[in-house]
Amino acid sequence: MSPAVTPSTTAGFDRQGERTDDDRVDAAMRSFVREFGVTAALHMESCVHCGMCAEACHFHVATGQAKYTPAYKLEPFRRAYLREVGPFAPLVRAFGLVKKLRVDELQQWQELIYDSCTMCGRCTMVCPMGIDIAELVKEARHGMFKAGLIPERLALMDRAAQEWGSPATPAEDLPDILAEVSEEHGVPIPCDLPQADILVTAAPAELGDHTKALADAAKILNRIGVKWTMHQGGFDASNIGFNNGDLQLQERLTRAIIDTAVKIGAKTILLPECGHAYGAARWEAAKWYGQALPVRIIHMTEFLDELIAEQRIRVKPIADTATFHDPCQIVRRGGLEAAARRVLAALGFELIELQDHGLTGYCCGGGGGVVSNQRATPLRHKVFEMKKAQVEATGAQRFVTSCGQCRITLEMGAKHAHWDKKTESLLELVADNLAD
Amino acid sequence: MELLDFARGPALDFAMLVFVLGVTWRLVGVLLLPRLRDRSAPREGAPPRLVGALRAIVRRMWPRKEFIQVTLFSTINSYVFHLGLAIVVFGLAAHIVFIHDLFGLSWPSLPSDLVFGVGVITLAALVAALVRRLTHPVLRLLSGPSDYLSWLLTTLPVLTGLLATAQIGARYETLLAAHILSIAAFLIWFPFGKLMHAFLFAFSRGATGMRFSHRGVKV
Repeated sequence: MSPAVTPSTTAGFDRQGERTDDDRVDAAMRSFVREFGVTAALHMESCVHCGMCAEACHFHVATGQAKYTPAYKLEPFRRAYLREVGPFAPLVRAFGLVKKLRVDELQQWQELIYDSCTMCGRCTMVCPMGIDIAELVKEARHGMFKAGLIPERLALMDRAAQEWGSPATPAEDLPDILAEVSEEHGVPIPCDLPQADILVTAAPAELGDHTKALADAAKILNRIGVKWTMHQGGFDASNIGFNNGDLQLQERLTRAIIDTAVKIGAKTILLPECGHAYGAARWEAAKWYGQALPVRIIHMTEFLDELIAEQRIRVKPIADTATFHDPCQIVRRGGLEAAARRVLAALGFELIELQDHGLTGYCCGGGGGVVSNQRATPLRHKVFEMKKAQVEATGAQRFVTSCGQCRITLEMGAKHAHWDKKTESLLELVADNLAD
Repeated sequence: MELLDFARGPALDFAMLVFVLGVTWRLVGVLLLPRLRDRSAPREGAPPRLVGALRAIVRRMWPRKEFIQVTLFSTINSYVFHLGLAIVVFGLAAHIVFIHDLFGLSWPSLPSDLVFGVGVITLAALVAALVRRLTHPVLRLLSGPSDYLSWLLTTLPVLTGLLATAQIGARYETLLAAHILSIAAFLIWFPFGKLMHAFLFAFSRGATGMRFSHRGVKV
């Protein structure tokens, strides 16, 4: 799933399906309008156009281009709100105060909503009005998806996930993949057990490039002696619907893992080292259920932290200095800042923090599907330069993170920049250094 | 009817009616939208939702240290004119008399020279905000007529108030009438544009505070 690196690629727009322009605009508007609960509306109402969000956005900071200002990315969404939902909508329409959206504007915004926003939420942290801009972009994507106006690469992955339950591989290939990984690394990986306590899920990259992550997780799970399994019924937690704005797919993929867990009697769903999986499953899954979930959802980083704290595993200390890239969905939008650092401390690393870290760490540049959107490659490389400079400034020997998508983005950036620093996985470090 | 009588009478009455009804309409219109409950399990140790909201309201009064440098001008300048407006509106003896006549509330005033000085600083900060809005690429892109109108209708009362106090440019009564009319215009526009952030900021910050304190994130 590694997108080709084509620096000459320029951003444009793609369309899905054969539809009239009016039909696209109507579909987008219907979706936009449906999105406005009280929080989204409050956030639409409160912007004072101070422009501070631009200073937080890696795409703006890396390029200096004003169009990447987060608040500006919401412009069509704001117009839809003012015309259709806001308390003065009848006045706005009657006097034509805000123009109706046109399809060419939506097309133009495709780049701002998809190519140059990773929904990392750094802008949310700076906004003096406390507007959760990243969440509004996600909601804007729902309308863009309905209008058939998303980058084709993401649409392709969406279609694959609709068919396969994952953009990486069909469900029926899972047993073969696991058998191969199991043999290669000499670790048993149970698949499709009818009953287990923990349902273990994967990220797409782990079913392709990062298969060692599956073996690493298996090694730890086998060590602690729990009954666990992976399962064809729900195996990919990354949830491409969450990124693309495809709510139906998001719901289906969410239900797949939770229903599977319930079916096999699992009390816990273990999420892979993947940021968006955490956002989709940990914080949004309950939305589809309309009630509290019947299972506990836990990220790999939390899981490792708990196992170490409870002394169910022990790790051999590594006497190196390390710096840590905070994945946005896990830390800034997920609350696992301290957990990751406790695991690093247990590994004996002397942590040298990046200049921007924790809740205000810079995004890798590839979140929200941007890593898979080959049009955004040149932009992503500019963002990578910022991260590279911060990592180098620490002088740390090791560079660690806890999200597979961040790792892929950083690895691709490093390759392009001929930078020889390896981005390491927290899970892999724990698995490779398990003490007897 | 003299201009001053019109300003003090029907103009101000109408403006206050629009202000009260408009602010109420906009707040109620937004707050009555559907509430989507967050049914995910809270992070262990997460504070009650209201506490999370209040913390975010307080925290966002000042940028996080990582952002101070890049937002320094906007932050300082905004504080100067917000505090300046508050000192002028609530500190000037004439304003306190006016408010007393309206609501029956009263408090000690600040020396008028001090308030005049603060008024001049406030005006300067407002001009600086406008210059920045007109010259900074990001702010130019974000700004529309509504932003400039909000600026104008905030600045005019400050300007006319200073002129009336200094009695520059026209008869005192005319200047005072202009001052009161500019306040009427400010009140009429208030519910429709971004001036509403004076009420909305707390709800907006609070909503984000609730969302993220639930997740164990200190926004």
